[in-house]
Amino acid sequence: MSLFSLLGAVEIGLIFSLVALGVYISFRLLRFPDLTVDGSFPLGGAVCAILISTGTNPWLATLAATAAGALAGLVTGWLNVKLKIMDLLASILMMIALYSVNLRIMGGPNVPLINDTTLFTLLQPDSIPDYVARPMVLFVVVVLAKLALDWFFATERGLAIRATGSNARMARAQGVNTGAMVLLGMAISNALVGLAGALFAQTQGGSDISMGIGTIVIGLAAVIVGESILPSRRTVYATLAVIVGAIVYRFFIAAALNSDFIGLKAQDLNLVTAALVTVALVIPQLKRKLSSRK
Amino acid sequence: MLSAQDLFITFNPDTPIETRALRGMSLEIPAGQFVTVIGSNGAGKSTFLNAISGDLGVDTGRIAIDNLDVTRRPVWERAERVARVFQDPMAGTCEDLTIEENMALAQQRGTRRGLRGAVKQAERAMYRERLATLGLGLENRLTDRIGLLSGGQRQAVSLLMAALQPSRILLLDEHTAALDPRTADFVLQLTARIVTENKLTTMMVTHSMRQALDVGQRTVMLHQGQVVLDVSGEERARLDVPDLLQMFEKVRGEKLADDALLLS
Repeated sequence: MSLFSLLGAVEIGLIFSLVALGVYISFRLLRFPDLTVDGSFPLGGAVCAILISTGTNPWLATLAATAAGALAGLVTGWLNVKLKIMDLLASILMMIALYSVNLRIMGGPNVPLINDTTLFTLLQPDSIPDYVARPMVLFVVVVLAKLALDWFFATERGLAIRATGSNARMARAQGVNTGAMVLLGMAISNALVGLAGALFAQTQGGSDISMGIGTIVIGLAAVIVGESILPSRRTVYATLAVIVGAIVYRFFIAAALNSDFIGLKAQDLNLVTAALVTVALVIPQLKRKLSSRK
Repeated sequence: MLSAQDLFITFNPDTPIETRALRGMSLEIPAGQFVTVIGSNGAGKSTFLNAISGDLGVDTGRIAIDNLDVTRRPVWERAERVARVFQDPMAGTCEDLTIEENMALAQQRGTRRGLRGAVKQAERAMYRERLATLGLGLENRLTDRIGLLSGGQRQAVSLLMAALQPSRILLLDEHTAALDPRTADFVLQLTARIVTENKLTTMMVTHSMRQALDVGQRTVMLHQGQVVLDVSGEERARLDVPDLLQMFEKVRGEKLADDALLLS
Protein backbone atom coordinates (compact mmCIF):
# COMPACT_ATOMS: atom_id res chain seq x y z
CA MET A 1 0.00 0.00 0.00
CA SER A 2 1.38 3.41 -0.95
CA LEU A 3 1.62 6.32 1.49
CA PHE A 4 -1.06 8.04 -0.55
CA SER A 5 -3.61 5.26 -0.19
CA LEU A 6 -2.58 4.78 3.45
CA LEU A 7 -3.38 8.42 4.25
CA GLY A 8 -6.54 8.07 2.18
CA ALA A 9 -7.62 5.19 4.39
CA VAL A 10 -6.85 7.21 7.54
CA GLU A 11 -8.82 10.13 6.16
CA ILE A 12 -11.96 8.12 5.39
CA GLY A 13 -11.49 6.14 8.60
CA LEU A 14 -11.44 9.34 10.67
CA ILE A 15 -14.59 10.65 8.97
CA PHE A 16 -16.38 7.37 9.61
CA SER A 17 -15.20 7.31 13.20
CA LEU A 18 -17.59 10.24 13.71
CA VAL A 19 -20.34 8.07 12.22
CA ALA A 20 -19.20 5.24 14.49
CA LEU A 21 -19.42 7.50 17.56
CA GLY A 22 -22.97 8.38 16.54
CA VAL A 23 -23.89 4.75 15.98
CA TYR A 24 -22.32 3.87 19.34
CA ILE A 25 -24.61 6.39 21.06
CA SER A 26 -27.78 5.09 19.40
CA PHE A 27 -27.09 1.34 19.26
CA ARG A 28 -25.06 0.87 22.40
CA LEU A 29 -25.94 3.61 24.86
CA LEU A 30 -29.60 4.12 23.97
CA ARG A 31 -30.14 0.61 22.53
CA PHE A 32 -32.02 2.29 19.70
CA PRO A 33 -31.41 0.51 16.35
CA ASP A 34 -31.17 3.63 14.22
CA LEU A 35 -30.97 3.46 10.44
CA THR A 36 -31.56 7.22 10.13
CA VAL A 37 -27.80 7.58 9.58
CA ASP A 38 -28.16 6.34 5.99
CA GLY A 39 -30.17 9.51 5.47
CA SER A 40 -28.53 11.92 7.89
CA PHE A 41 -25.01 11.30 6.49
CA PRO A 42 -25.95 12.46 2.96
CA LEU A 43 -28.18 15.12 4.57
CA GLY A 44 -25.08 16.61 6.20
CA GLY A 45 -23.27 16.39 2.87
CA ALA A 46 -26.15 17.94 0.96
CA VAL A 47 -26.67 20.88 3.34
CA CYS A 48 -22.96 21.60 3.51
CA ALA A 49 -22.34 21.31 -0.25
CA ILE A 50 -25.28 23.43 -1.31
CA LEU A 51 -24.39 26.15 1.22
CA ILE A 52 -20.70 26.23 0.24
CA SER A 53 -21.47 26.23 -3.48
CA THR A 54 -23.77 29.21 -2.97
CA GLY A 55 -21.05 31.13 -1.17
CA THR A 56 -21.63 30.43 2.52
CA ASN A 57 -18.65 30.31 4.87
CA PRO A 58 -17.48 26.65 5.19
CA TRP A 59 -17.53 26.82 8.99
CA LEU A 60 -21.13 27.97 8.96
CA ALA A 61 -22.04 25.39 6.30
CA THR A 62 -20.51 22.59 8.40
CA LEU A 63 -22.33 23.82 11.48
CA ALA A 64 -25.61 23.94 9.58
CA ALA A 65 -25.04 20.37 8.35
CA THR A 66 -24.48 19.23 11.94
CA ALA A 67 -27.69 20.94 13.04
CA ALA A 68 -29.57 19.32 10.16
CA GLY A 69 -28.33 15.91 11.32
CA ALA A 70 -29.50 16.67 14.86
CA LEU A 71 -32.93 17.64 13.55
CA ALA A 72 -33.19 14.36 11.61
CA GLY A 73 -32.34 12.44 14.78
CA LEU A 74 -34.93 14.45 16.73
CA VAL A 75 -37.64 13.54 14.23
CA THR A 76 -36.78 9.82 14.41
CA GLY A 77 -36.83 10.03 18.21
CA TRP A 78 -40.13 11.88 18.13
CA LEU A 79 -41.72 9.24 15.85
CA ASN A 80 -40.68 6.63 18.40
CA VAL A 81 -41.34 8.45 21.68
CA LYS A 82 -44.46 10.49 20.89
CA LEU A 83 -46.11 8.51 18.09
CA LYS A 84 -45.10 5.15 19.63
CA ILE A 85 -43.73 3.78 16.35
CA MET A 86 -41.31 0.89 16.85
CA ASP A 87 -37.72 2.21 16.97
CA LEU A 88 -36.35 0.36 13.95
CA LEU A 89 -39.39 1.22 11.84
CA ALA A 90 -39.29 4.89 12.88
CA SER A 91 -35.69 5.12 11.70
CA ILE A 92 -36.44 3.36 8.40
CA LEU A 93 -39.29 5.81 7.74
CA MET A 94 -36.95 8.70 8.45
CA MET A 95 -34.25 7.18 6.25
CA ILE A 96 -36.45 6.94 3.15
CA ALA A 97 -38.03 10.34 3.84
CA LEU A 98 -34.56 11.87 3.92
CA TYR A 99 -33.77 10.45 0.48
CA SER A 100 -36.39 12.79 -1.01
CA VAL A 101 -35.41 15.63 1.31
CA ASN A 102 -31.78 15.33 0.21
CA LEU A 103 -32.71 15.42 -3.47
CA ARG A 104 -34.77 18.54 -2.77
CA ILE A 105 -31.98 20.24 -0.86
CA MET A 106 -29.42 19.58 -3.58
CA GLY A 107 -31.91 20.26 -6.39
CA GLY A 108 -30.52 17.20 -8.15
CA PRO A 109 -28.60 13.99 -7.49
CA ASN A 110 -25.32 15.75 -6.65
CA VAL A 111 -23.59 19.05 -5.89
CA PRO A 112 -19.91 19.25 -6.89
CA LEU A 113 -17.37 21.22 -4.83
CA ILE A 114 -14.40 21.44 -7.12
CA ASN A 115 -12.84 24.88 -6.78
CA ASP A 116 -14.86 26.04 -3.81
CA THR A 117 -13.31 26.98 -0.49
CA THR A 118 -13.80 24.20 2.07
CA LEU A 119 -12.79 23.82 5.69
CA PHE A 120 -9.78 21.90 4.48
CA THR A 121 -8.55 24.48 1.98
CA LEU A 122 -9.04 27.14 4.68
CA LEU A 123 -6.97 25.24 7.23
CA GLN A 124 -4.29 23.81 4.96
CA PRO A 125 -0.87 25.47 5.38
CA ASP A 126 1.02 25.97 2.11
CA SER A 127 3.93 23.83 3.22
CA ILE A 128 1.89 20.63 3.60
CA PRO A 129 0.25 18.74 0.71
CA ASP A 130 -3.54 18.45 0.94
CA TYR A 131 -3.58 14.65 1.35
CA VAL A 132 -1.53 15.08 4.55
CA ALA A 133 -3.33 18.16 5.83
CA ARG A 134 -6.80 16.63 5.54
CA PRO A 135 -6.18 13.69 7.90
CA MET A 136 -4.52 16.11 10.34
CA VAL A 137 -7.55 18.39 10.43
CA LEU A 138 -9.87 15.40 10.76
CA PHE A 139 -7.76 13.97 13.56
CA VAL A 140 -8.24 17.16 15.58
CA VAL A 141 -12.01 17.14 14.90
CA VAL A 142 -12.34 13.50 15.98
CA VAL A 143 -10.28 14.00 19.14
CA LEU A 144 -12.38 17.04 20.09
CA ALA A 145 -15.60 15.09 19.44
CA LYS A 146 -14.37 12.18 21.55
CA LEU A 147 -13.36 14.40 24.47
CA ALA A 148 -16.66 16.28 24.31
CA LEU A 149 -18.64 13.03 24.40
CA ASP A 150 -16.53 11.62 27.24
CA TRP A 151 -17.20 14.77 29.23
CA PHE A 152 -20.91 14.86 28.41
CA PHE A 153 -21.63 11.24 29.25
CA ALA A 154 -20.03 11.73 32.66
CA THR A 155 -22.37 14.62 33.51
CA GLU A 156 -25.72 14.25 35.27
CA ARG A 157 -27.56 14.67 31.98
CA GLY A 158 -25.27 12.21 30.18
CA LEU A 159 -25.68 9.66 32.95
CA ALA A 160 -29.46 9.99 32.60
CA ILE A 161 -29.16 9.14 28.88
CA ARG A 162 -27.04 6.06 29.64
CA ALA A 163 -29.47 4.95 32.33
CA THR A 164 -32.37 5.37 29.88
CA GLY A 165 -30.73 2.96 27.45
CA SER A 166 -29.65 0.51 30.13
CA ASN A 167 -32.87 0.32 32.19
CA ALA A 168 -35.60 2.76 31.21
CA ARG A 169 -38.02 1.70 33.95
CA MET A 170 -35.44 2.25 36.66
CA ALA A 171 -34.42 5.57 35.10
CA ARG A 172 -38.03 6.78 35.21
CA ALA A 173 -38.33 5.68 38.84
CA GLN A 174 -35.28 7.87 39.54
CA GLY A 175 -37.06 10.83 37.98
CA VAL A 176 -35.49 10.71 34.51
CA ASN A 177 -37.73 11.89 31.67
CA THR A 178 -36.72 8.97 29.47
CA GLY A 179 -38.60 10.22 26.40
CA ALA A 180 -36.66 13.48 26.44
CA MET A 181 -33.40 11.57 26.91
CA VAL A 182 -34.09 9.43 23.82
CA LEU A 183 -34.72 12.61 21.81
CA LEU A 184 -31.53 14.23 23.10
CA GLY A 185 -29.42 11.13 22.51
CA MET A 186 -30.75 10.66 18.98
CA ALA A 187 -30.09 14.33 18.20
CA ILE A 188 -26.47 14.08 19.39
CA SER A 189 -25.96 10.82 17.52
CA ASN A 190 -27.24 12.14 14.19
CA ALA A 191 -25.52 15.50 14.66
CA LEU A 192 -22.21 13.61 14.62
CA VAL A 193 -23.32 11.74 11.50
CA GLY A 194 -24.40 14.98 9.81
CA LEU A 195 -20.99 16.48 10.67
CA ALA A 196 -19.30 13.41 9.16
CA GLY A 197 -21.39 13.82 5.99
CA ALA A 198 -20.36 17.47 5.74
CA LEU A 199 -16.67 16.62 6.12
CA PHE A 200 -17.02 13.76 3.64
CA ALA A 201 -18.53 16.07 1.01
CA GLN A 202 -15.70 18.57 1.56
CA THR A 203 -12.96 15.97 1.18
CA GLN A 204 -14.50 14.08 -1.74
CA GLY A 205 -15.22 17.06 -3.95
CA GLY A 206 -18.95 17.23 -3.45
CA SER A 207 -22.10 15.63 -2.22
CA ASP A 208 -23.93 12.77 -3.92
CA ILE A 209 -27.33 11.27 -3.19
CA SER A 210 -25.85 7.75 -3.12
CA MET A 211 -23.12 8.54 -0.59
CA GLY A 212 -25.35 7.47 2.29
CA ILE A 213 -25.92 3.91 1.15
CA GLY A 214 -24.53 1.51 3.70
CA THR A 215 -23.46 4.20 6.20
CA ILE A 216 -25.11 2.28 9.03
CA VAL A 217 -23.27 -0.92 8.11
CA ILE A 218 -19.92 0.86 8.09
CA GLY A 219 -20.75 2.56 11.41
CA LEU A 220 -21.80 -0.71 12.99
CA ALA A 221 -18.77 -2.49 11.53
CA ALA A 222 -16.54 0.12 13.17
CA VAL A 223 -18.31 -0.26 16.52
CA ILE A 224 -18.11 -4.05 16.42
CA VAL A 225 -14.50 -4.19 15.21
CA GLY A 226 -13.56 -1.62 17.85
CA GLU A 227 -15.28 -3.53 20.64
CA SER A 228 -13.51 -6.75 19.71
CA ILE A 229 -10.13 -4.97 19.69
CA LEU A 230 -10.70 -3.05 22.93
CA PRO A 231 -13.55 -4.55 24.94
CA SER A 232 -14.69 -2.19 27.71
CA ARG A 233 -18.00 -0.83 28.90
CA ARG A 234 -16.52 2.38 30.23
CA THR A 235 -17.45 5.28 28.00
CA VAL A 236 -13.91 6.70 27.80
CA TYR A 237 -12.51 3.43 26.42
CA ALA A 238 -15.58 2.61 24.36
CA THR A 239 -15.39 5.89 22.43
CA LEU A 240 -11.69 5.27 21.80
CA ALA A 241 -12.51 1.73 20.70
CA VAL A 242 -15.04 2.76 18.06
CA ILE A 243 -12.62 5.35 16.61
CA VAL A 244 -9.88 2.72 16.42
CA GLY A 245 -12.44 0.34 14.96
CA ALA A 246 -13.39 2.77 12.19
CA ILE A 247 -9.78 3.33 11.18
CA VAL A 248 -8.81 -0.36 11.38
CA TYR A 249 -11.88 -1.23 9.33
CA ARG A 250 -10.83 1.24 6.66
CA PHE A 251 -7.32 -0.24 6.62
CA PHE A 252 -8.68 -3.72 6.05
CA ILE A 253 -10.86 -2.48 3.21
CA ALA A 254 -7.99 -0.56 1.62
CA ALA A 255 -5.65 -3.53 2.03
CA ALA A 256 -8.17 -5.94 0.56
CA LEU A 257 -8.97 -3.73 -2.40
CA ASN A 258 -5.33 -2.77 -3.04
CA SER A 259 -3.97 -6.29 -2.99
CA ASP A 260 -3.99 -7.31 -6.62
CA PHE A 261 -3.28 -10.94 -5.83
CA ILE A 262 -6.67 -11.34 -4.07
CA GLY A 263 -8.38 -9.98 -7.15
CA LEU A 264 -10.96 -7.83 -5.33
CA LYS A 265 -12.31 -4.74 -7.02
CA ALA A 266 -14.10 -1.62 -5.77
CA GLN A 267 -17.51 -3.19 -6.39
CA ASP A 268 -16.66 -5.91 -3.83
CA LEU A 269 -16.59 -3.30 -1.03
CA ASN A 270 -19.90 -4.31 0.55
CA LEU A 271 -19.07 -8.00 0.38
CA VAL A 272 -15.74 -7.36 2.12
CA THR A 273 -17.56 -5.28 4.75
CA ALA A 274 -20.07 -8.04 5.44
CA ALA A 275 -17.27 -10.62 5.71
CA LEU A 276 -15.26 -8.39 8.04
CA VAL A 277 -18.22 -7.74 10.37
CA THR A 278 -18.95 -11.47 10.45
CA VAL A 279 -15.37 -12.19 11.48
CA ALA A 280 -15.48 -9.46 14.14
CA LEU A 281 -18.70 -10.92 15.53
CA VAL A 282 -17.40 -14.49 15.59
CA ILE A 283 -13.97 -13.79 17.14
CA PRO A 284 -15.30 -12.98 20.65
CA GLN A 285 -17.34 -16.21 20.61
CA LEU A 286 -14.28 -18.22 19.58
CA LYS A 287 -12.24 -16.56 22.31
CA ARG A 288 -14.86 -17.50 24.91
CA LYS A 289 -14.99 -21.09 23.66
CA LEU A 290 -11.20 -21.41 23.79
CA SER A 291 -10.92 -19.92 27.28
CA SER A 292 -13.74 -22.08 28.66
CA ARG A 293 -12.00 -25.20 27.37
CA LYS A 294 -8.92 -24.48 29.45
CA MET B 1 -48.50 11.09 53.45
CA LEU B 2 -50.29 8.99 50.85
CA SER B 3 -53.95 9.09 50.03
CA ALA B 4 -55.54 6.73 47.50
CA GLN B 5 -59.27 7.11 46.99
CA ASP B 6 -61.59 4.74 45.23
CA LEU B 7 -59.15 3.45 42.63
CA PHE B 8 -60.43 1.31 39.78
CA ILE B 9 -58.22 -0.46 37.24
CA THR B 10 -59.50 -2.99 34.72
CA PHE B 11 -57.16 -4.83 32.40
CA ASN B 12 -58.38 -5.80 28.93
CA PRO B 13 -61.87 -4.38 29.43
CA ASP B 14 -64.73 -5.89 27.39
CA THR B 15 -62.71 -8.93 26.37
CA PRO B 16 -62.93 -12.55 27.57
CA ILE B 17 -59.74 -12.02 29.61
CA GLU B 18 -61.06 -8.92 31.37
CA THR B 19 -59.47 -8.57 34.81
CA ARG B 20 -60.83 -6.15 37.39
CA ALA B 21 -57.59 -5.65 39.30
CA LEU B 22 -58.63 -2.74 41.54
CA ARG B 23 -62.28 -2.32 42.54
CA GLY B 24 -62.65 0.77 44.64
CA MET B 25 -59.34 0.49 46.45
CA SER B 26 -58.82 3.17 49.12
CA LEU B 27 -55.95 3.59 51.55
CA GLU B 28 -54.53 6.43 53.65
CA ILE B 29 -51.00 6.24 54.99
CA PRO B 30 -50.08 9.04 57.44
CA ALA B 31 -46.56 10.47 57.39
CA GLY B 32 -43.94 8.28 59.04
CA GLN B 33 -46.01 5.11 59.07
CA PHE B 34 -44.63 1.77 57.83
CA VAL B 35 -47.46 -0.29 56.31
CA THR B 36 -47.17 -3.87 55.10
CA VAL B 37 -49.56 -5.09 52.43
CA ILE B 38 -50.47 -8.75 51.93
CA GLY B 39 -52.89 -10.65 49.77
CA SER B 40 -53.06 -13.70 47.55
CA ASN B 41 -52.01 -13.78 43.90
CA GLY B 42 -54.24 -11.48 41.89
CA ALA B 43 -55.47 -9.59 44.94
CA GLY B 44 -54.21 -6.35 43.39
CA LYS B 45 -51.09 -5.72 45.52
CA SER B 46 -48.71 -5.08 42.66
CA THR B 47 -51.35 -3.25 40.64
CA PHE B 48 -51.95 -0.91 43.58
CA LEU B 49 -48.24 -0.27 44.03
CA ASN B 50 -47.76 0.38 40.32
CA ALA B 51 -50.71 2.78 40.36
CA ILE B 52 -49.03 4.81 43.11
CA SER B 53 -45.66 4.84 41.36
CA GLY B 54 -47.32 5.87 38.11
CA ASP B 55 -46.34 2.78 36.10
CA LEU B 56 -50.05 2.06 35.70
CA GLY B 57 -52.72 4.66 35.06
CA VAL B 58 -55.98 4.36 36.99
CA ASP B 59 -59.37 4.26 35.24
CA THR B 60 -61.00 6.29 37.99
CA GLY B 61 -60.02 7.43 41.46
CA ARG B 62 -57.54 9.88 42.92
CA ILE B 63 -54.01 9.50 44.23
CA ALA B 64 -52.48 12.26 46.33
CA ILE B 65 -49.03 12.38 47.87
CA ASP B 66 -48.71 15.07 50.55
CA ASN B 67 -51.89 16.72 49.31
CA LEU B 68 -50.55 16.96 45.75
CA ASP B 69 -52.80 15.21 43.26
CA VAL B 70 -50.48 13.01 41.16
CA THR B 71 -53.17 10.86 39.53
CA ARG B 72 -52.33 11.96 35.98
CA ARG B 73 -48.59 12.52 36.40
CA PRO B 74 -46.00 10.26 34.76
CA VAL B 75 -43.58 8.14 36.79
CA TRP B 76 -40.63 10.48 36.41
CA GLU B 77 -42.58 13.47 37.69
CA ARG B 78 -43.67 11.54 40.78
CA ALA B 79 -40.12 10.39 41.48
CA GLU B 80 -39.37 13.50 43.53
CA ARG B 81 -41.92 12.18 46.06
CA VAL B 82 -41.79 8.44 45.46
CA ALA B 83 -38.80 6.17 46.09
CA ARG B 84 -39.01 2.56 45.01
CA VAL B 85 -37.32 -0.82 45.31
CA PHE B 86 -38.37 -3.39 42.72
CA GLN B 87 -39.05 -7.08 43.21
CA ASP B 88 -36.51 -8.09 40.59
CA PRO B 89 -32.99 -7.10 41.76
CA MET B 90 -32.08 -6.59 38.09
CA ALA B 91 -34.89 -4.04 37.65
CA GLY B 92 -33.86 -1.59 40.36
CA THR B 93 -30.32 -0.91 39.16
CA CYS B 94 -28.61 -0.28 35.82
CA GLU B 95 -26.37 -3.26 35.25
CA ASP B 96 -24.18 -1.44 32.70
CA LEU B 97 -23.38 1.36 35.12
CA THR B 98 -20.95 1.24 38.02
CA ILE B 99 -22.03 1.15 41.66
CA GLU B 100 -21.19 4.84 42.11
CA GLU B 101 -22.98 5.81 38.90
CA ASN B 102 -26.10 3.99 40.07
CA MET B 103 -25.91 5.78 43.40
CA ALA B 104 -25.36 9.12 41.66
CA LEU B 105 -28.45 8.47 39.57
CA ALA B 106 -30.45 7.99 42.77
CA GLN B 107 -28.72 10.94 44.46
CA GLN B 108 -30.12 13.16 41.67
CA ARG B 109 -33.68 11.82 42.00
CA GLY B 110 -36.04 14.78 42.09
CA THR B 111 -33.36 17.29 41.08
CA ARG B 112 -32.66 18.94 37.74
CA ARG B 113 -30.04 16.97 35.86
CA GLY B 114 -27.60 19.45 34.42
CA LEU B 115 -24.07 19.47 33.05
CA ARG B 116 -22.23 19.07 36.32
CA GLY B 117 -20.19 15.90 36.76
CA ALA B 118 -22.52 13.07 37.75
CA VAL B 119 -20.29 11.52 40.42
CA LYS B 120 -18.95 14.22 42.73
CA GLN B 121 -15.93 13.75 44.93
CA ALA B 122 -17.72 14.72 48.16
CA GLU B 123 -20.64 12.43 47.39
CA ARG B 124 -18.28 9.57 46.60
CA ALA B 125 -17.09 9.63 50.21
CA MET B 126 -20.72 9.55 51.37
CA TYR B 127 -21.53 6.61 49.07
CA ARG B 128 -18.54 4.75 50.46
CA GLU B 129 -19.69 5.44 54.00
CA ARG B 130 -23.24 4.23 53.32
CA LEU B 131 -22.04 1.13 51.49
CA ALA B 132 -19.77 0.30 54.40
CA THR B 133 -22.83 0.03 56.69
CA LEU B 134 -23.95 -2.97 54.63
CA GLY B 135 -20.89 -4.94 55.70
CA LEU B 136 -20.61 -6.48 52.25
CA GLY B 137 -17.28 -4.93 51.30
CA LEU B 138 -18.93 -2.93 48.51
CA GLU B 139 -17.31 0.31 49.72
CA ASN B 140 -14.13 -0.79 47.93
CA ARG B 141 -15.91 -1.58 44.68
CA LEU B 142 -17.39 1.81 43.74
CA THR B 143 -16.23 1.60 40.14
CA ASP B 144 -17.30 -2.01 39.58
CA ARG B 145 -20.21 -2.57 37.25
CA ILE B 146 -23.27 -3.25 39.38
CA GLY B 147 -24.10 -6.16 37.05
CA LEU B 148 -21.23 -8.05 38.72
CA LEU B 149 -23.05 -8.05 42.07
CA SER B 150 -25.36 -10.80 43.32
CA GLY B 151 -29.11 -10.27 43.53
CA GLY B 152 -29.00 -9.74 47.28
CA GLN B 153 -26.16 -7.24 47.03
CA ARG B 154 -27.98 -5.33 44.32
CA GLN B 155 -31.16 -5.27 46.39
CA ALA B 156 -29.23 -3.94 49.40
CA VAL B 157 -27.71 -1.18 47.23
CA SER B 158 -31.20 -0.40 45.85
CA LEU B 159 -32.40 0.20 49.41
CA LEU B 160 -29.51 2.56 50.11
CA MET B 161 -30.27 4.34 46.83
CA ALA B 162 -33.93 4.77 47.78
CA ALA B 163 -32.91 6.59 50.96
CA LEU B 164 -30.33 8.96 49.40
CA GLN B 165 -32.93 11.61 48.63
CA PRO B 166 -35.92 12.42 50.83
CA SER B 167 -39.20 10.90 49.68
CA ARG B 168 -42.80 11.22 50.82
CA ILE B 169 -43.37 7.50 50.32
CA LEU B 170 -41.08 4.51 49.88
CA LEU B 171 -42.56 1.66 47.85
CA LEU B 172 -41.17 -1.83 48.39
CA ASP B 173 -42.51 -4.35 45.90
CA GLU B 174 -41.92 -7.85 47.32
CA HIS B 175 -38.31 -6.81 47.34
CA THR B 176 -37.11 -9.94 49.16
CA ALA B 177 -39.14 -12.44 47.10
CA ALA B 178 -36.38 -13.20 44.60
CA LEU B 179 -33.72 -13.80 47.27
CA ASP B 180 -32.66 -16.91 49.19
CA PRO B 181 -34.01 -17.05 52.79
CA ARG B 182 -30.81 -15.86 54.48
CA THR B 183 -30.30 -12.96 52.09
CA ALA B 184 -34.01 -12.13 52.29
CA ASP B 185 -33.68 -11.90 56.06
CA PHE B 186 -30.63 -9.64 55.75
CA VAL B 187 -32.43 -7.32 53.31
CA LEU B 188 -35.51 -7.23 55.57
CA GLN B 189 -33.44 -6.23 58.61
CA LEU B 190 -31.74 -3.60 56.48
CA THR B 191 -35.15 -2.33 55.36
CA ALA B 192 -36.34 -1.97 58.95
CA ARG B 193 -33.14 -0.14 59.89
CA ILE B 194 -33.20 2.29 56.96
CA VAL B 195 -36.91 3.04 57.37
CA THR B 196 -36.49 3.72 61.10
CA GLU B 197 -33.31 5.79 60.73
CA ASN B 198 -34.79 7.99 58.03
CA LYS B 199 -38.35 7.98 59.45
CA LEU B 200 -39.65 7.01 56.00
CA THR B 201 -43.33 6.67 55.15
CA THR B 202 -43.30 3.19 53.69
CA MET B 203 -45.56 0.74 51.95
CA MET B 204 -44.15 -2.78 51.66
CA VAL B 205 -45.94 -5.37 49.57
CA THR B 206 -45.08 -8.91 50.60
CA HIS B 207 -46.12 -12.47 49.96
CA SER B 208 -45.19 -13.58 53.44
CA MET B 209 -47.59 -13.14 56.38
CA ARG B 210 -44.66 -13.64 58.74
CA GLN B 211 -42.80 -10.69 57.19
CA ALA B 212 -45.95 -8.59 57.14
CA LEU B 213 -46.31 -8.92 60.92
CA ASP B 214 -42.61 -8.76 61.78
CA VAL B 215 -41.87 -5.31 60.39
CA GLY B 216 -43.83 -2.07 60.28
CA GLN B 217 -46.66 -0.68 62.37
CA ARG B 218 -49.73 -1.57 60.35
CA THR B 219 -50.82 -4.44 58.11
CA VAL B 220 -53.35 -4.24 55.31
CA MET B 221 -54.80 -7.23 53.49
CA LEU B 222 -56.11 -6.93 49.95
CA HIS B 223 -58.60 -9.20 48.25
CA GLN B 224 -60.19 -8.75 44.83
CA GLY B 225 -58.87 -5.24 44.52
CA GLN B 226 -60.08 -3.92 47.86
CA VAL B 227 -58.85 -3.59 51.43
CA VAL B 228 -60.47 -6.36 53.47
CA LEU B 229 -58.41 -6.13 56.63
CA ASP B 230 -56.59 -3.25 58.29
CA VAL B 231 -54.89 -3.86 61.62
CA SER B 232 -52.44 -1.82 63.69
CA GLY B 233 -51.36 -1.10 67.24
CA GLU B 234 -52.35 -3.43 70.07
CA GLU B 235 -54.57 -5.58 67.92
CA ARG B 236 -51.77 -6.22 65.46
CA ALA B 237 -49.20 -6.90 68.16
CA ARG B 238 -51.30 -9.81 69.43
CA LEU B 239 -51.72 -11.32 65.97
CA ASP B 240 -49.85 -14.33 64.66
CA VAL B 241 -49.91 -15.88 61.21
CA PRO B 242 -52.76 -18.37 61.97
CA ASP B 243 -54.89 -15.53 63.43
CA LEU B 244 -54.34 -13.51 60.31
CA LEU B 245 -55.45 -16.45 58.17
CA GLN B 246 -58.52 -16.96 60.31
CA MET B 247 -59.49 -13.30 60.15
CA PHE B 248 -59.05 -13.35 56.44
CA GLU B 249 -61.34 -16.34 56.04
CA LYS B 250 -63.95 -14.77 58.29
CA VAL B 251 -63.92 -11.50 56.39
CA ARG B 252 -64.28 -13.11 53.03
CA GLY B 253 -66.38 -16.04 54.11
CA GLU B 254 -64.36 -18.35 51.95
CA LYS B 255 -61.41 -20.71 52.16
CA LEU B 256 -58.01 -19.38 51.26
CA ALA B 257 -56.86 -21.20 48.19
CA ASP B 258 -53.40 -19.81 47.92
CA ASP B 259 -50.88 -21.79 49.92
CA ALA B 260 -48.17 -19.30 49.15
CA LEU B 261 -49.45 -17.07 51.95
CA LEU B 262 -48.72 -19.76 54.50
CA LEU B 263 -45.08 -19.96 53.57
CA SER B 264 -42.86 -17.47 55.21
